[in-house]
Order: sequence, then C-alpha cells, then structure tokens
Amino acid sequence: MKKKNRLPALAMAGPVSVWMILFVTIPMFFIIFISFMSRGIFGDVVYDPSMESYLTLLDSTYFNVISKSLKVAAFTTLACLGLGYPFAYYIAKRPKDQAAKYITLIMIPFWTNTLMRLNSWLLLFQTSGPVNNFLQNSGITDAPVRFVYTDELVALGMVTSMLPFAVLPMYSSIEKLNKSLLEASADLGADAKTTFQKITLPLTFPGIFSAIILVFIPSLGVYTVPDMLGGGKVLYIGNIIKNQFGMIRNWPLGAALSCLLIAITGLLIFLYTRFTSIEEMEVV
Amino acid sequence: MSDSIVSLQGVYKRFGKNTVVRDMNLEILEGEFLTLLGPSGCGKTTTLRMIAGFEETSAGSITVQGESVENKEPYQRDVNTVFQNYALFPHMTVFNNVAYGLTIRKVPKAEIASRVADMIDLVQLKGYEDRKPDELSGGQKQRVAIARALINNPKVLLLDEPLGALDLKLRKQMQVELKRLQKRLGITFVYVTHDQEEALTMSDRIAVMREGVIEQLGTPTDIYDYPGTRFVAGFIGESNLFDGVVEELLDGLMRIRTKAGSLLVQGEGFALGEQLHVSIRPEYVEVAKEPVDGFDIQGRVKDFIYMGTVVKTAVDLKDGQEIKYSRFEQDQSIQPGDTVYLSWKPSRAVAIKMGTEAEERYEEEK
Repeated sequence: MKKKNRLPALAMAGPVSVWMILFVTIPMFFIIFISFMSRGIFGDVVYDPSMESYLTLLDSTYFNVISKSLKVAAFTTLACLGLGYPFAYYIAKRPKDQAAKYITLIMIPFWTNTLMRLNSWLLLFQTSGPVNNFLQNSGITDAPVRFVYTDELVALGMVTSMLPFAVLPMYSSIEKLNKSLLEASADLGADAKTTFQKITLPLTFPGIFSAIILVFIPSLGVYTVPDMLGGGKVLYIGNIIKNQFGMIRNWPLGAALSCLLIAITGLLIFLYTRFTSIEEMEVV
Repeated sequence: MSDSIVSLQGVYKRFGKNTVVRDMNLEILEGEFLTLLGPSGCGKTTTLRMIAGFEETSAGSITVQGESVENKEPYQRDVNTVFQNYALFPHMTVFNNVAYGLTIRKVPKAEIASRVADMIDLVQLKGYEDRKPDELSGGQKQRVAIARALINNPKVLLLDEPLGALDLKLRKQMQVELKRLQKRLGITFVYVTHDQEEALTMSDRIAVMREGVIEQLGTPTDIYDYPGTRFVAGFIGESNLFDGVVEELLDGLMRIRTKAGSLLVQGEGFALGEQLHVSIRPEYVEVAKEPVDGFDIQGRVKDFIYMGTVVKTAVDLKDGQEIKYSRFEQDQSIQPGDTVYLSWKPSRAVAIKMGTEAEERYEEEK
C-alpha cells in the first residue's frame, strides 16, 4: 500500500525539488561560502577563510548605502500600501466582471519590458523632455528641473513598478472578506469607520503583509531601476552587489551583501508567518 | 400581546426589474414570535433585511416603535440580527464576539465583563469564552451569534434561518431552546424560515409568503386548520386538494361536485355554481367499505407508506387523482386493491376561494 502511494508523490514533487536544490539551494550555499573567502589580486576568489567582507560592510560608505536602500524600500512599500489599499478595496467591491477588467489594467505593466519602460521615462523626464517643456511653458518653473539620476525619480520608478504586487494580494484578501461580517458589525452598532478598524483591517491584514513582503524585498534588491533612472550614480544595495560581481570583481564582498539581503528577507518572512498565524487583535 | 412594535406599510422592494416584495403590510406585535415562512425567493429574507436596514425599501414605510427608520443606518436601529451563517468575527474570541456591541458603545469594562458573563451563561457556553469561532461546533456558533445579538437588549431580534445549517436533532433542540429564551426575555422575535414544521413549532403567528406577498397571516393553528389559499394548503403540512363547483347550499354546508365525485364541506360566502378548492388533511380523511351519506368518493387502495409515527395510505380515485390518509396504526382489514369510500366531517375540510387566473396557472405548473 505504502509503496503504491510513493511513486506518484515522487513524480509530482520530485522534479521541482531536484530543480530547486540544483539551481537555488546549492548556489545559495555557494554564495554564503564565498562571502567568508577573500579576494585575490586579480579579482578572483581565493579560498582563504576571512571575515574581511563582513567587516567592510561596517564601513560608513556601505552603511549609508544600506540605510538609504532600506529607506527607499520602506518609502516604496508605504507608498504602494497607501495607494494600493484604497484601490484594491474599490475594485474588490465592484461586480466580478468589472473587477476582472481593473485587474487586467493593473497587470499591463507586466506585459511591457522593464528596460523599455524605464528608457521611456528617461526620455520623458530629461532636461529637454516633454515634462520639463510642459512645466516651463505653463510657467510652473523658470528653468528645467533635473529629474533624471535623482533619488526622487528612482523612488517614483520603484513605486510604479511595485504597485501591482501590492494591489493583487490586498485585493484578494479584501475580496475574500465575508460581507455579512461587515453587516453584523453595523448591526451591532458600529459605524463605517469603526467597522473598518475592527473588522476589515484586521481581517485583511494577511493581504497587507503579503503586499509588504512582495514590495519591500524586491525594492531592496532591485538594480534595474536605480541603474537606469539613477544613472548608476545613485547607489543602492542592488546595484552595488551587481557591481561587485561585475566591474569591480570583488565576489566575497558582493556575496556578503547578498547574505545581508537574505538575512533581512528571512527576518521578514519569519515575521510574516508569525503574524498570519496569530492575526488577532484585542477588542477589549 | 399588546401594541405593534414594527410596522410595515405598503412596502415594496425591487431589484432592477424584479419585484421581490410587493405591497407588504404587516404589524409585528410587541413580545410576539412572528415567523416569515415561505419557499426560497419569496421575499422573506429581503423583508427581514429591510427591517434591519441592510436593504432600502423601494416604496412604503417601516417604523420601529412608531418611529420611521427610513433614514437610519443599520447601526442606528434598535434591532439586532442573527445571521444565516452566524457571521461571527473569526479573529475574535467568543468573549470579544459577544462583547462587540458593548465595546462599540464604550460601556465600562467591568460592566462588559459581567454582562458578557451573564449572556454566556444564558446560552450555556461557560468555559468557551477564549475559543475562536473555528474551534466551535455549529450549535455553539449559533449560541454565540444569539448571545452577541441579545446582549444589546434589542427591541426586536431578527433571525434569518438561524438553524438552517444544523443537523436535524440539534435543530429540534435549538428550536425549543430559542422559543424558551424568547418567552423568558419577552423580546419580539422575527424569524425567517422555509421549514414549515419549524414555523409551526415555534411561532405565535406565521406570515406565509409567496412571490413577495403575504398569502396568509395567523396563528399556527389557523394556518394549519384553515389555509386561506391553495398555496398555503399545499405548503403547510400535507393536503388533499379537490377542484370543484358548488352544487348545493345546505345551511352552512355545501355539496361540491368534483371529477372524483361529490363531497361535503363547511363554508360560507360561496355562491351556487362557484368554482372552488377543497382541502382536507390526511389525518381527517375517514375510510369505509360502504358508501357514506353525502359523499360519493370511491377509490382503490394503492399502497401503504410507513412514516414512523403514522402510516399513510394512498388511494387512487376514479379520476386518477391520488388521495392520502394517515393513521397511527395500519388498519389490517384494508388491503391494496380494496375498493373504499372516503369521507370526512364537513367541518374538517376547508373551502378555498379560487385565486386569480395567473395564480391558478402558477399552481397548475407546480
């Protein structure tokens, strides 16, 4: 009996497990391993154990980059939640067929190439571009404003590319919310605001937390947006890691930075599993 | 029973082109257990939701304690609802669910604690205060839902098929408990169900609804013994129905000619030659091997159906109609294939006026 059951299980879960072990788990351990090695004179990895890379991270340059990256990721996350929740709420309350259309609209950015989209932003926002022309022609500004290669444009670009990841999980948890719970709350004397605070918000919290994870983690590691809109001059963890493995060829340092990202991500996921299993809020 | 506490006057509800409730007039009396009974889609739940404030009326007015509730949001109305699928807050404990209404009203914590404890006692859930709804059985959830509504001392408690999700045995037990609770607290209950037995067991009065209209309003005995329409006769309990014409008027009695033969029924207000329905409950049908005075309904015994407490006997009449009669014990002298003569005390049968043509056609289709 037992033997009979084992084959389909192996056939179903086996390929993905092998795939993940080969192409995710092993490389990840390799990265952790490299982070504890040292850099050779020619930019190669010398298998000589050392904590040097981690000590370098304590350097104020890296510390500043890390804290700035965290700030931008936090800003992106907050902006996505602030913009995304009301929108998700709105479409969740529409009839099903209408909601599907809104979801499709939200998905459109996924259909276009990121690099192409970011390049078009550069054209739009450059000193002699349409945005600056409009601002000057309408008298809002006297001189061209420098948008490109600034932290602000990077943040704007991050919010734009991350917004769908915030809307989708929040939409699905708001949509799942049983309407009769809201009616019960109203029936028991709660006005709309109280019902939102005591019922809607706590019950859609798993969706909000999913959105936080789905936005914050990629925002922290993304390098295309800062590279393009920041012109590579605005440094974040993402493009520093990319540079360590690329131009600068300091693999151990890049690996150490990667490990830091993994640690932050792991902490967030740990918090997520804790929160969603408890997901309760005291009323009295 | 005294004054009217909830009053519906000329209430209509339309969803698009669909009229779900039409011209409903209903006075719900203080302290009574009133049931809205009808098949699904008859507008009973919509009526309840209009009283609660979840649906707006399309026309007409609803007053609670003489005050119009038209412009009151659900949270401003002195009524509470027990929802069909309980609608307990899944992220809160039993205690917090029950305390919800008081918390919203910012009642002092000490008072909340004692009132919740009393209420949890009342619905016999002591010891379950810290459980979450998904750790409770259906019956326990139901009790929490009732406690959560009752703790607010509503003027009227609205119950939307509250026992629908429970199994038969538990449902019977909860019926009795709910009825006792209502008597003890003296709160007006407006109860929605499609289960006629439940309605008969629990209600002081029943409003039988069909297609958005109250077909008949009365005590369970009234409704059962004197169904006012053909629909009510068929929906509440089991009825044998005859279509016929008044052939003779005999001082309170009428001789009716039907395709199955002639019969007697008590009734007034019918004219000679008028078409009508006659309803007779299976338990009132009498059986004899010889013709009975005044009746000419002959049939052939088809089979017996054992129902536990009663045995039903099906009899085929000469026009092809099947009539059922029920007895506590099977009469051994009557066997399938026997020819029998059916009759009844004319006062036990009910003469029902013909409905409009549309109603009759609707019934025919069923």
